[in-house]
Amino acid sequence: MIFLAGFAPFQPTPGLALWSLIIFLLFWMLMSKYAFKPMMEGLKKRETDISDALAEAEKAREEMANLKAENEQILAEAREERALMLKEAKETKANIIAEAKEKAKEDALRITSSAKMEIENEKKAALTEVKNEVGMMATEIAEKILRKELKGQPEHESFVNTLVGEFKLN
Amino acid sequence: MHKFYTVLVFVFMCSASWSQQHNHDHSDHKGHSHGQQVKTKTTHDHSSHDGHDHSGHKHDGHDHSGHDHKHDSHGHDDHSGHDHHVNNFTTDCGSPAQAVHHHGYDPTGTAIHHISDANVYTIMDKIRIPLPMIIYNKARGMEFFSSGKFHAGHHDDGHSGYKDYVLYQGNIHRITCPGFESRDAFIVQGFDKVELKSAEGKDIEKRYAIIDGKGYLIEQKTIWDGGMLGGGSTGFVDLSPTKNVISMILVSLLLFFLFRAAAKKYSGGPSAPSGVQSFLEPMFQFIRDDVAIPFLGDKHEKFLPLLMTIFFFILGLNLWGQVPFLGSVNVTGSLTVTAVMAIIVFIITNIKGNGDYWKHILWPPDTPLFVKIILIPVEIMGLFIKPLTLMLRLAGNISAGHIAILSFVGLIFIFGKAGESLGGSLTGTAIAIPLTLFMMAIELIVAFVQAFVFTILTASYLGAATEEHHHDGHH
Repeated sequence: MIFLAGFAPFQPTPGLALWSLIIFLLFWMLMSKYAFKPMMEGLKKRETDISDALAEAEKAREEMANLKAENEQILAEAREERALMLKEAKETKANIIAEAKEKAKEDALRITSSAKMEIENEKKAALTEVKNEVGMMATEIAEKILRKELKGQPEHESFVNTLVGEFKLN
Repeated sequence: MHKFYTVLVFVFMCSASWSQQHNHDHSDHKGHSHGQQVKTKTTHDHSSHDGHDHSGHKHDGHDHSGHDHKHDSHGHDDHSGHDHHVNNFTTDCGSPAQAVHHHGYDPTGTAIHHISDANVYTIMDKIRIPLPMIIYNKARGMEFFSSGKFHAGHHDDGHSGYKDYVLYQGNIHRITCPGFESRDAFIVQGFDKVELKSAEGKDIEKRYAIIDGKGYLIEQKTIWDGGMLGGGSTGFVDLSPTKNVISMILVSLLLFFLFRAAAKKYSGGPSAPSGVQSFLEPMFQFIRDDVAIPFLGDKHEKFLPLLMTIFFFILGLNLWGQVPFLGSVNVTGSLTVTAVMAIIVFIITNIKGNGDYWKHILWPPDTPLFVKIILIPVEIMGLFIKPLTLMLRLAGNISAGHIAILSFVGLIFIFGKAGESLGGSLTGTAIAIPLTLFMMAIELIVAFVQAFVFTILTASYLGAATEEHHHDGHH
């Protein structure tokens, strides 16, 4: 400290001490009230605003992502449904066709069978008619013949009748 | 950085002691018949000295050229650059004396003078703004006047006196002689000083004002150093708003308006920073995020205004002192100012200190008894050493920076043999410009670094004092 003797800047003087104390305390008070506190609060407010805005943006983005996922799900579901419907339609078509084919077959079978039956019946009827006609004709012929020949011959007549009865059995 | 300054201060101190040595050597050469050479009787006419620059002093033969001429004729040209003790002050009051012009360039004196506080705001040694004087005279009570009454001139020495006050190197001094007649205005022909050793081996500098051809011992204002730093209690206390005080007021106002402009922008809705706000906000945020929050955590909001005040007050004054054309004031380099701030920090720290803090100082937990015996005095000393280092670090750094710049500028005068050699002056200038530029760049960094260091240490002391310790139940 001795070599600092006479080094004026390091000599503590009461006047400067008093003034610097007053100035520093006033500066502290005024700056705190009018500058530092508003700045502190302003900065804090701005920071919370920014973080809030960021959080909100994040939230919105999440919501968007959710919405998008939902949309995609719906779309996927719709697609699946369409595929299902198409499949069903195809199946139905195939079924219908198969059924129709079956039915047609059946119908055809039925028609042919009924036609056959009809033909058979017709044939039978025709045959019966022919038989009857032939029988009539044969009877007529036989009558005529018999009238000529068997006038008076009863054995012949019974024999002819027997023959006619045999025809009916056919 | 610190070491660099220590070295610089050391170099400076060495040069100071060297020059003092020289002064002493020369004081032995009383046989010089210099008194005859400067004998031209002073016929002061102060009305013609309004300019107060040296060219106006032609009559009294105080200008360089006149002296040199006489030296040459007497073959004493080898004495330039040293103080000539023409005056032999046999008594402190009223011994015959002549106004002395100190030859040559005294780097130490110039540097100290330029970084010292003053009762006049001098810019570039040309513009001198008088300041109000508030003096508490122990005999007469409070006195108010203007330092304009001293008509300060070259070296801020007053050409006039008021009552029994004179202005020596920008600082008010009082004539202590009881026989001196206190007047409202008197002419001061000059000043002289004598360096002595006291009976206890202390260096004493006796200063004399020369009035009417007689030397009168003058005393400086009261200094609170207990007489350790060459000061002590004297007959008056200077309570004036000095150059440093005016600088503090100006810087405080400047900062206040700048911050007010910035702070107003926060009151509206959220907006992007603009104007002065974009300049101040990053610094504000830096102190908050990198100084206050790391040391103080959740409590930072309580102490933030103090930390900001300290940072911007110191920074503003550091930078103000760097501007060459604003008087190159050395506010943050004066120990008084830094001491006031350190004491405020000390008081706040210890008021806010919690139980844990005091417990750790007065009865350190978890330490054996013999360690406690060592630790407690160390902790108590630390309590006072902390503000002491705060105050010395800042004042030392800023003063050292100013001294370094002044020393480099002083090279011009040293090389130029105080204006005698043009070639030397040019060489000195060529050397001084890059060195001064370099120093100024460093000083700019130091201005920020020291403001930051003071703030961060304050934050750390406050943090240590208010920290909540979470121990596991014991002690």
